Amino acid sequence: MQDSKISVSSLNLFYGENHALKDINIKIRENTVMALIGPSGCGKSTFLKCLNRMNDLVDGVKVDGKVLLDGEDIYDPGVDTTLLRKKVGMVFQQPNPFPMSIYDNIAYGPRIHGIKNKSRLDEIVENALKGAAIFDEVKDRLKAPALGLSGGQQQRLCIARALAVEPEVLLMDEPTSALDPISTLKIEELMNDLKKRYTVVVVTHNMQQAARVSDETAFFLLGELVEADETMNIFGHPKDKRTEDYITGRFG
Amino acid sequence: MEHASIMNKKRRVSDQLLEALIYLCAFLAVGLLLGIIGYVFWRGFRTVNWSFLVTEQSPTKGIMGIAGNIVNTLYIVVLTLLAATPIGVGGAIYLNEYAKPGKFVSLVQFTIETLTGIPSIIFGLFGNVFFGKIFGYSMLTGALTLTIMVLPLIARNTQEALRTVPDSYRSGALGIGATKWYMIRTILLPSAMPGILTGVILAIGRIVGESAALLFTAGSGYYLPKGGMGLFRKLFESGGTMTIELYLQMAKGKYDVAFGIACVLLALVLLLNLLTKYLAGRLNVENRK
Repeated sequence: MQDSKISVSSLNLFYGENHALKDINIKIRENTVMALIGPSGCGKSTFLKCLNRMNDLVDGVKVDGKVLLDGEDIYDPGVDTTLLRKKVGMVFQQPNPFPMSIYDNIAYGPRIHGIKNKSRLDEIVENALKGAAIFDEVKDRLKAPALGLSGGQQQRLCIARALAVEPEVLLMDEPTSALDPISTLKIEELMNDLKKRYTVVVVTHNMQQAARVSDETAFFLLGELVEADETMNIFGHPKDKRTEDYITGRFG
Repeated sequence: MEHASIMNKKRRVSDQLLEALIYLCAFLAVGLLLGIIGYVFWRGFRTVNWSFLVTEQSPTKGIMGIAGNIVNTLYIVVLTLLAATPIGVGGAIYLNEYAKPGKFVSLVQFTIETLTGIPSIIFGLFGNVFFGKIFGYSMLTGALTLTIMVLPLIARNTQEALRTVPDSYRSGALGIGATKWYMIRTILLPSAMPGILTGVILAIGRIVGESAALLFTAGSGYYLPKGGMGLFRKLFESGGTMTIELYLQMAKGKYDVAFGIACVLLALVLLLNLLTKYLAGRLNVENRK
């Protein structure tokens, strides 16, 4: 497939002896939202972290197989993880703003990559905050501490922080599981908007959320990728009995 | 129907007795401390005056002053911290952020914890024969000896502080492409700053109060350094801190002078404690605007 942004083939991952991901093959198309669903411990978060090599930080993790991003293998020894993670940004389950001002949180990423010019930074911060639909709420207090924001605002701030380095792919690990329904709705609307410019991969426990926001859905079970297809098909006519059982709530 | 009584006089008496005992212990602890401080000030305040603080001691002219010793104290504090802070903080960063848990790390950890409990005279003995062999009785010998002594203090406080920084800060920074060192510099160190500072100030307290480790390493010189070059030469000259001078005066039986120095030392320690509280509160990143 020509338009796949990410193409994973025969990916295996071990935590020590534990075979956590088993022979995963999947393609993720550009400018779409892909949802990863499955019961806890099925490997979907682990898989997500493989896409920007956040698993490197965990002791005793071994990965083999290929993850191609625009045709380049991200596990090639020549890869600079700083550049990889600039291109593939990440938003975590718990909002994790740094203990600094709203402005400095957003400017953190661009500063890593060497942008020091004040007016350029101002522009990036404003665009990132607008992109994450939080600009209007914080524009008058950019110098205020980010930890003073509400949970939902903090999470959108973290999305803005990820956007500020102009990534091409955005990974989201259960981004709304710690948020109230109204904040969740805002983030879901945001995802719809984000896919115009980015490729989004989101892990979620919430089946309705997967159905609402994603174009494609992948179902993981016990470290295996059971089925990946257009979201309509997964929820309408799943091919695998296990997928059907899971989405209809027969086991979990 | 008979109602069960909820009165129990016996238990209340024993309770009150225990409570009284606990109050007594608390008063004893505070009272003894205040008593000592009060006594030291009462005995010493007559000796402390402006010329006592700003003149150099001169036995031939019969002048008693501790200016030289105050300068020596500050000198050795700065010199020791200059060496101990980077090594201590660096070591803590290595142990917490880089080292993979294993035999080596536990060994280093164990060493640090053991070093904290070693009597200071042992550091003095070691410094005397080790650094003393090279630099003689000098400020440098003293400072190097003290560096080893306060290193664990700074390292442990830094480690404690690094442990309290949430992992989500680390993954957040690394997740947008920060290198590990950039993350440490911009996120971890600022967040850990109150803890590091606490370690540094505890170290200062330890240095100011030290005598056993200094007596046979830095010696007991009481001259003021002469001019800019003198400050550099001081590195290789003997110099006694206030604590050392206090010890020597006491040994000579000059208790008034000794209590005078004790007053100044107590005031200094009090000041340091207040400074710690103030700085730790101010540097707490969460309070910062």
